[in-house]
Amino acid sequence: MIDFEHVGKTYGGWQAIEDLSLSIAEGEFCVLIGPSGSGKTTTLKMINRLIEHDSGRILFAGAEIRSFKPEELRRRMGYAIQSIGLFPHWTVEENIGTVPSLLKWPKAKIRDRVTELLELLNLDPAQYRDRYPHHLSGGQQQRIGVARALAADPDVLLMDEPFGALDPVTRDTLQLEMLRIHKASGKTIVLVTHDIDEAIRLGSRIVILDGGRIVQSGSPRDILARPANDFVSDFVGREDIGIKLLSIETVSSRVRRDGSASGEPIAATATLRNALSTLVARGVDSLPVADSDGSPLGAIHLADLVGPHP
Amino acid sequence: MSEIAASPHRPALESWLRDPLPWAFLLLLALVFGMPALKPVFAFLFPGQERPLYEQDSFWSLTLAHLWLVGVSSSISVIIGVAAGIFVTRPAGREFRPLIETIVATGQTFPPVAVLAVAVPLLGFGPAPALIALALYGLLPVTEATVAGLESVPEAACEAARGLGFGHLGRLLRVELPLAAPVVIAGIRTSVIINIGTAAIASTVGAKTLGLPIIIGLSGFNTAYVLQGALIVGTLAVVIDLAFERLGGFISRWKRG
Amino acid sequence: MQPLLASDTDVAPERGYLRNRVLLVLVLIALAGGFGLSFLTHAPNRLISGRPVAWSAILADGRFLCLLPGLALLIGPFLRQIRTNHILIALIGAAFAALLFWLAGDAASRLADPASTSARTSFGGAFWVIEAITALAIADALQRAGFGPATRIGISLILVVPIALVLVSGSADQLSIMKEYATRRDVFGAAVVTHIQIVAMTLVPTLLIGVPLGILAFRRPSLRGPLFAVLNIIQTIPSIALFGLLIAPLAGLVATFPVLSQFGISGIGVAPAVIALTLYSLLPIVRNTSAGLEQVPGAVIDAASGMGLTPSQIFRSVEIPLALPVFLAGLRVTIVQAVGLTAVAALIGAGGLGAIIFQGLGSSALDLVLLGVVPLIALAVIVDASLKLVISILKGRAA
Repeated sequence: MIDFEHVGKTYGGWQAIEDLSLSIAEGEFCVLIGPSGSGKTTTLKMINRLIEHDSGRILFAGAEIRSFKPEELRRRMGYAIQSIGLFPHWTVEENIGTVPSLLKWPKAKIRDRVTELLELLNLDPAQYRDRYPHHLSGGQQQRIGVARALAADPDVLLMDEPFGALDPVTRDTLQLEMLRIHKASGKTIVLVTHDIDEAIRLGSRIVILDGGRIVQSGSPRDILARPANDFVSDFVGREDIGIKLLSIETVSSRVRRDGSASGEPIAATATLRNALSTLVARGVDSLPVADSDGSPLGAIHLADLVGPHP
Repeated sequence: MSEIAASPHRPALESWLRDPLPWAFLLLLALVFGMPALKPVFAFLFPGQERPLYEQDSFWSLTLAHLWLVGVSSSISVIIGVAAGIFVTRPAGREFRPLIETIVATGQTFPPVAVLAVAVPLLGFGPAPALIALALYGLLPVTEATVAGLESVPEAACEAARGLGFGHLGRLLRVELPLAAPVVIAGIRTSVIINIGTAAIASTVGAKTLGLPIIIGLSGFNTAYVLQGALIVGTLAVVIDLAFERLGGFISRWKRG
Repeated sequence: MQPLLASDTDVAPERGYLRNRVLLVLVLIALAGGFGLSFLTHAPNRLISGRPVAWSAILADGRFLCLLPGLALLIGPFLRQIRTNHILIALIGAAFAALLFWLAGDAASRLADPASTSARTSFGGAFWVIEAITALAIADALQRAGFGPATRIGISLILVVPIALVLVSGSADQLSIMKEYATRRDVFGAAVVTHIQIVAMTLVPTLLIGVPLGILAFRRPSLRGPLFAVLNIIQTIPSIALFGLLIAPLAGLVATFPVLSQFGISGIGVAPAVIALTLYSLLPIVRNTSAGLEQVPGAVIDAASGMGLTPSQIFRSVEIPLALPVFLAGLRVTIVQAVGLTAVAALIGAGGLGAIIFQGLGSSALDLVLLGVVPLIALAVIVDASLKLVISILKGRAA
């Protein structure tokens, strides 16, 4: 869907991006991560030409991005940013309808789309449609920001640290909603973050950047289990790689179908990290496992958590 | 929101009655059209005056002339001032911003009456120098406010507008200018109020405005004329100021809590 | 590969040899003014309108050398943008402004008829345009040189010295504005003094009423709405109308209590002027006193009271010093506004520079108008610049 071929970008004499090649496949949830100044935001903004690259090629759906008018390119890509940037003089409905109205959708279609998106993001359309951004909490504003980015059903969703300014609880909820939306829509998402836990949680692929170059690119499991060098090990947090590995797998992958244990059951959809935490907290070495409707599935044992990772 | 829906009819009427704008407007109409009826009152107040009422022109025609002068000059100020403010906040004009800011800051220390007085040597007597002096002086607050207003637009809204695919013009017209509007309107309000006052003084250089009865009254020791002109032009300024206040509130209604 | 479509990222414009577009535009306006308008006009007497004086007459006998600094400004836009060059442009500009002034005075002396004193040589449009443009070029250069506001004001004061020297040397005495001055030296001096006196007399009641009202507005936020509404309405009323509205009540008061006239109070003159000016001055003083106190950070006051300062100690040693710059900004607005409004007060017989201006307007003596306007503007600009200087020094010390 998006291909970088030997892309470079310099500001004055400073090389922000150096010979960057990257292919983001359709439907991928690609997280760009790195320390500040690593070039992750520059890389993202080059995709919709908010920043123009100096050398190499960037392809969108197989065509060089410079063959599109910047405005048309951007209207085909959703865009959400950390500071949200809702238009304060427009209602929630007008904000979400920004790109559809730029694309001259009929009014009724925009209205239906706004209703649909508000419901998708768990906001009551009747209650929120006519409010001004001013009256919304930070979390609600960012939901509207995400809805606005999704409004015209773009091919790609670009997100620049979208949850960076939110409190941990709200961030957690919105991350889950993003996963749900990704699963349901199958959209290509490119997200920039500096939070490795967010990257592991959301990304189907993580691209680690440093000094304008890609240091490592791969699935969360690859990155955690086989860090390419010391920089990556440090970056992902050498000390608790094990814990992070547990957080990318669910209990259902290690459940002993024939096993049994006593006590309050743990959900099959919980992460192995949750399971470990529960085991330690209860001071036991096994837990019963139940599926989403509460029927028993089997049990999980402490020893199962430390087994080899595929 | 629910409070508005639930508000019964009576408080709405009450708030209308407490609103100064319609009352000030009614007072203005009464003064403009009813001044001749007050002739006996002025005769009583100024028993020494043979002519206690200014009758060379109707107050209605003076009011129209005054509004015409202010309207035309302020329109010129707004068009050029807003355009200049937009120009110096675009990449192409950014280099000129310090220069424009210097002109605006220094120009505003010049007394309006001084600008009016120097227009006469250059352009002669009559409405033309007054019009040009008013337009030039009125430019300064409008330009200043346009720059300040566009500067106050949140950076995030601009970036989002770019990222969502607005073009230059769309961003300016639909995002930047509407968000800058409350500040710009405040600048236009300042400009218009200064112009109403300066236009009155322009009667000394031959423009026909509501200042005329005042000037004639001052030079002819007829305090009644002075009072009549002053009452109408003072009320006119207050009405227009209140109207701008209303406009400002309407334009920034999205800010209200 | 060159993009076909313009990018909308902010790129510094490609300049090549042209390095300062602002100066280029200024220079072009000055050139247009110099060719399109007359530099001086000359008339055999005050009643006849003047005819333009040709550049060739002004620049005769090697005097064209005076335009050399102007040529230097022409190459300014193409010079490298470094501090030395900016300072050079400012110095050359100052020299140019003074030389033009000298040229005008010199031409006037040569055109003067020894047999008659009634001939008039006045500045033309080109003089004003080129002088104004040069001033802007100097301001732009000083800004580009990266000086702070205080330094810029200081340097500007030094750069005015050459013009002052030309004035003092008597070279300009044959210009009509100076002739008007010569014939009215006493009236002019008295007008300047009266003007300043009225402004100073206004400041006393303004500060005595305005500062306590400002403190009150700060302490009682509920008062702010109605107080500022009233002050704003007063500010809205045109000056000439407010002066006029005060005449009748004051005259009535004096008629009822004749003793008041012994204190110089009457319906026209200084008394209504000072009252009206005070009413106008209250808004900026009250607003900035209140705003200055409001912007004192709460944490600083908490810290001060935490260290055991009493409320009056906090007010004196914390709130007043921190509120001072904002207060002074209000004082600047007040005085600059009062200087201008005092000119209007001449219409009700208060005197001052406005009297000269309106006398000139009334008798179509345009040089007389200038004799009033130029010092009026100078007074406003000097007050503005000096208070700005004080404020920026205060702020600099705080930072």
